[in-house]
Amino acid sequence: MNYPDEITYGNKADIISTVEFNHTGELLATGDKGGRVVIFQREQESKNQVHRRGEYNVYSTFQSHEPEFDYLKSLEIEEKINKIRWLPQQNAAYFLLSTNDKTVKLWKVSERDKRPEGYNLKDEEGRLRDPATITTLRVPVLRPMDLMVEATPRRVFANAHTYHINSISVNSDYETYMSADDLRINLWNFEITNQSFNIVDIKPANMEELTEVITAAEFHPHHCNTFVYSSSKGTIRLCDMRAPALCDRHTKFFEEPEDPSNRSFFSEIISSISDVKFSHSGRYIMTRDYLTVKVWDLNMENRPIETYQVHDYLRSKLCSLYENDCIFDKFECVWNGSDSVIMTGSYNNFFRMFDRNTKRDVTLEASRENSKPRAILKPRKVCVGGKRRKDEISVDSLDFSKKILHTAWHPSENIIAVAATNNLYIFQDKVN
Amino acid sequence: MFARGLKRKCSEEEAPADPLQRQSLLDMSLVKLQLCHMLAEPNLCRSVLIANTVRQIQEEMTQDGSWCLPGPQTAGRLPRDRLVSTEILCRSARAGPPQAPDPADLASALQAVPAIQVPGAVPAGPWGRAGPGESRGGFPRSLDQVFETLESHSPGAVEELFSDVDGPYYDLDAVLTGMVGGAKSGPEGLETFASAAARPPGTGCKADLGELDHVVEILVET
Repeated sequence: MNYPDEITYGNKADIISTVEFNHTGELLATGDKGGRVVIFQREQESKNQVHRRGEYNVYSTFQSHEPEFDYLKSLEIEEKINKIRWLPQQNAAYFLLSTNDKTVKLWKVSERDKRPEGYNLKDEEGRLRDPATITTLRVPVLRPMDLMVEATPRRVFANAHTYHINSISVNSDYETYMSADDLRINLWNFEITNQSFNIVDIKPANMEELTEVITAAEFHPHHCNTFVYSSSKGTIRLCDMRAPALCDRHTKFFEEPEDPSNRSFFSEIISSISDVKFSHSGRYIMTRDYLTVKVWDLNMENRPIETYQVHDYLRSKLCSLYENDCIFDKFECVWNGSDSVIMTGSYNNFFRMFDRNTKRDVTLEASRENSKPRAILKPRKVCVGGKRRKDEISVDSLDFSKKILHTAWHPSENIIAVAATNNLYIFQDKVN
Repeated sequence: MFARGLKRKCSEEEAPADPLQRQSLLDMSLVKLQLCHMLAEPNLCRSVLIANTVRQIQEEMTQDGSWCLPGPQTAGRLPRDRLVSTEILCRSARAGPPQAPDPADLASALQAVPAIQVPGAVPAGPWGRAGPGESRGGFPRSLDQVFETLESHSPGAVEELFSDVDGPYYDLDAVLTGMVGGAKSGPEGLETFASAAARPPGTGCKADLGELDHVVEILVET
């Protein structure tokens, strides 16, 4: 893997809570804790500035969600954007779904670079002219104007989730999508906002019996009837919507048997899956739990085919991480375009990449001190004990407030976006 | 809250194996569950994971015999004794290299503990309403009594119980000072700790039963 080359970053007033490239990679959307969405667009390559290929610049900024107050429960509903998902582009406009804990919104982002001019119905000050004075029919003409990008909410899908929405996923039929909260998954049609189908419900009749929640869900990239959801007990269920309407009975159940030698009071917590992603091919799923990333073959339910250690040196620190709540951090994971490399974040602004073919892995850091434009990122290493070498960092010096939870990978190129608290880093492959 | 590096309250070992650390983990978990209920809306996943951890510790303590069902005669003394036992354990842990607390003291303190669910029974969990047959008002009263007994200890004792914990736990002190004593305890035991919601600080001294019910309703979500 070539080392990244160029970076750009932006300062956000708030913490970035989601990052997502669109299907072509031309656009990159971020959502933050303040309910805002910022979309970056990749510059077109120009012949004059070959070395400046593909910088991402701000394209549009809008307030997607506002804080709300649930009067029935006397509780505030956060405006934080939990997830953004793009719809495939079907015309000149771009569409994306953004969601907070309770409400999903469909946004249309479109450009306006012409405006009609030449109306003769109003005078120069904009006052309507007396119709008696209008003697000719003048058709307005479109004239160029400065490019304006506007975002308009086209649909609001509300009041369907009692619990906090953790995932949204657009179906490959492009007509439906699903939203998942802690206990339920709903299926929506994009055109219909006042009803949704409940397709998974794991809420027990007696809440006292609740021991497991849904943590993430995603549609299969090609089979519009298939989706998966992960749980806080480290299991993944694959469901087929052609089966009975309520997909409580899964088609496949993925779970790795527990390693008895590693058992502790924290075993369940660290097995809780924080993210699940289908590979682009649709043949594999990847899951992230607290210490590892696992790749599963859809045809093998009893164990993953690959397991990668993200930061195993934390295994002896679980009690402290439980105390300071870091053990509940939800890291995401992503595939590269060819499904050959997977990436996920860690602490101290480190993020990790694993090459599935060569089995090599690398730790990189997203920080302003270490990254100047066109600098090459240097691999980092955590020292787990014994003598610490010069460039290594010891486990006890790691900054646990600097966590990389959200990353994204361009669908076809080696461009990655890494969200480090309130900074966004974009790394690209070195041009040979 | 997230300091550089890691606090060494827990040992370096992955799992607290010995009973002192296990008790400490249990206390920490219960405090976390209380704080869960103080936030805008509790993170359900986190609450479930902590509750499962609490259950796991309880089960192991039952199997160990370090947690046993009380007789009816000890019902009235339960919460106080349980807290005393915790305090003894924490104090002796901090007294320096672990000199084993006087076995007689410890044994008697540990004997008089509140009931927990026998493994196999449906655990109440943090969303439990009071069990069938108990009034919903039952567990807030227990919680009041528990907090009252905590309060009635010397300030040093309470401090010691929480002295090593991070920032957010100090908010709990503010809550505790806002609570007032209630009536006699019920035999609900540990679940009541977890199940009743703590009130936000500064909202008055007397725990309003109606308000606690309302909060519990939110958590249980009919």
